[in-house]
Amino acid sequence: MIQNIIINGLINGSIYALLAIGFSLIFGVARIVNIAHTAFYMLAAYFIYVGFHYLGMSPYISMPLSVLAVGLLSIICYKIFIQPIREHEAAVLIATIALAMVIQEALLIAFGGHYLGVPPLVSGYATIAGVKVTYQHFLALSVAVLALFGVWILLMKTKLGLALRSTAQDREVANLMGMNEARVAMVTMGISVMMAGIAGAVVVPLYVLDPHMWMHPLIMMLAIVVLGGLGSIKGSFVGAYIMAFAEVLVVFLIPMGAFLKGSVALSIMILVLLIRPEGLFGVAFEEER
Amino acid sequence: MGLPGFYLRRAYSLFRGEVLVLPSRVAVFIFALGVLLLPLFSQDPYLLRILIFTSIFAILAASWDLLSGFTGQMNFGHALFFGVAAYCTALLNLRLDLPPWISIPLGALGAVLAGLIIGIPCLRLRGTYLALTTLAFPIILMGVIFAIPDITGGELGLSGIDRLSGSRLTDYYITSVLMLGLGFIMWKITDSKTGIILHAIREDEVAVRSSGINTTRYKLLAFCLSGFFAGIAGGLYAHIMRTAGPSTLEVALSFQIVIWAVFGGIVSIYGPIAGVFILFPLLEFLRIMPKIRMLVFAFIVLVTLLYMPQGLIPWLRDKIEKECPRCKIRNVTTRKTCRICTAELD
Repeated sequence: MIQNIIINGLINGSIYALLAIGFSLIFGVARIVNIAHTAFYMLAAYFIYVGFHYLGMSPYISMPLSVLAVGLLSIICYKIFIQPIREHEAAVLIATIALAMVIQEALLIAFGGHYLGVPPLVSGYATIAGVKVTYQHFLALSVAVLALFGVWILLMKTKLGLALRSTAQDREVANLMGMNEARVAMVTMGISVMMAGIAGAVVVPLYVLDPHMWMHPLIMMLAIVVLGGLGSIKGSFVGAYIMAFAEVLVVFLIPMGAFLKGSVALSIMILVLLIRPEGLFGVAFEEER
Repeated sequence: MGLPGFYLRRAYSLFRGEVLVLPSRVAVFIFALGVLLLPLFSQDPYLLRILIFTSIFAILAASWDLLSGFTGQMNFGHALFFGVAAYCTALLNLRLDLPPWISIPLGALGAVLAGLIIGIPCLRLRGTYLALTTLAFPIILMGVIFAIPDITGGELGLSGIDRLSGSRLTDYYITSVLMLGLGFIMWKITDSKTGIILHAIREDEVAVRSSGINTTRYKLLAFCLSGFFAGIAGGLYAHIMRTAGPSTLEVALSFQIVIWAVFGGIVSIYGPIAGVFILFPLLEFLRIMPKIRMLVFAFIVLVTLLYMPQGLIPWLRDKIEKECPRCKIRNVTTRKTCRICTAELD
């Protein structure tokens, strides 16, 4: 039981962290609340399914390809639907909701509401302290951790990362320093959605696919981002593991836990907000200029 | 002639001075008249049923606008009020056998209580934090509902609630008159002194507080008022559907409210109502192509927003009316001078 909790908590936490950090990035840099974020995560998972079942591609090729594809698609969507209405926050918000609905409905038409699956990349399992853990779980965990590490390198050690962080800190000053704010926002959109795509690629062999699979991660992701502090990468990382472990603990320890897992995790978020309204690591937001 | 004649003339001059001066008010008047007179032309049960739901959701969307549009307290979990009221109404009706005209207001009071409970923790949050936190409340409640199926009926919800009234036509009149009446009350609230304070809180809360106004109290008031109106919509829904299920708390419904309101145009009360009256029947009409109807719906919303990011109704309104630069009173575009202060209109 404890091993199950740890393994599931770590995997869910890493997936949530990938999603939440991407969401946090695009919110911090461009002030876009991208509801369609997890819809892209779902889309990546479906692309891999198509690559595997219809095109006969090896998952090792189809996974990077589909991650790139969703990134590209998100940039196109951003250019067409979001950039022209950037200054109307409410309009951007429902534009992303509508975008998520478009993706969900398109998948529903293309694949129907059936549960689909992709077989695991690696078979076999290891026995740790008497509990079977499949190699696929290990692979998922390591890919997620590697991706998180890659994002950390990108943000902290590259020039692009510097541009992203400075735009997030102060958009106008960054613009004055010669950073093309519009292009930074576009690139951020691509990067953040590609992170969601990686999360999608990680879950494909573990979970079943259906066109409504974006809803639950969306809610958890939003809760994590608020819990950790909006725009704070560290906060999203820590928040993701807190929420994931809270969820897994409830499922394993409380009867009827599967119904209550969302409730308990979200209640934790609200309790934290009662004590610290700006989230765990958030800085109290100054008035937007 | 005497007294009745006097009142008639008085009413007519009031009508001419308040309604006929502005094309948008004439449009609202014609709309209200059309809603009330529609059954004379068609009593098709399917049409009436759609319009009943349209009226209910119009109340809901307008109440969202009162809280999120006017007061600026972005609420992403507006379905909470709707669902709480629907469940309260259903329980009152089923367990205590209260008739609809008592159970709906009491259910709405339940929603007010919910507004107070979520309003208090939310008072310290602002903007996007608030929006994302409020999203959590209906989901928490939904988990609780699934966990105690003995009281709430679990996944299936509560069924067997009394009809709102005997016939569909009466249902139609109850909902549409309530919609028009509550819409007018909400519009009046936003036009009153309280409304101005709520509006000011959205623009700059610190400035309002420094003018000696207790913003906490007004924000809570906004939560309660919005909860009450949304609750009436929820109670009506429970009595019309005759079930109250977990679908009344879904995230999809919360999002739908936001879509209706923003599409119609926030900060106007009549915008969200118009948004529902356009989008809800549109979605029903799209049933002619059932497979792609949500896709088409989402695309229509996306494309409309590209051209009218501030919403459909404000866009239309700005085409036929303009604001006086001096006294901020709205005038018909054909006028050369302002109707109140006679300033030049540009």
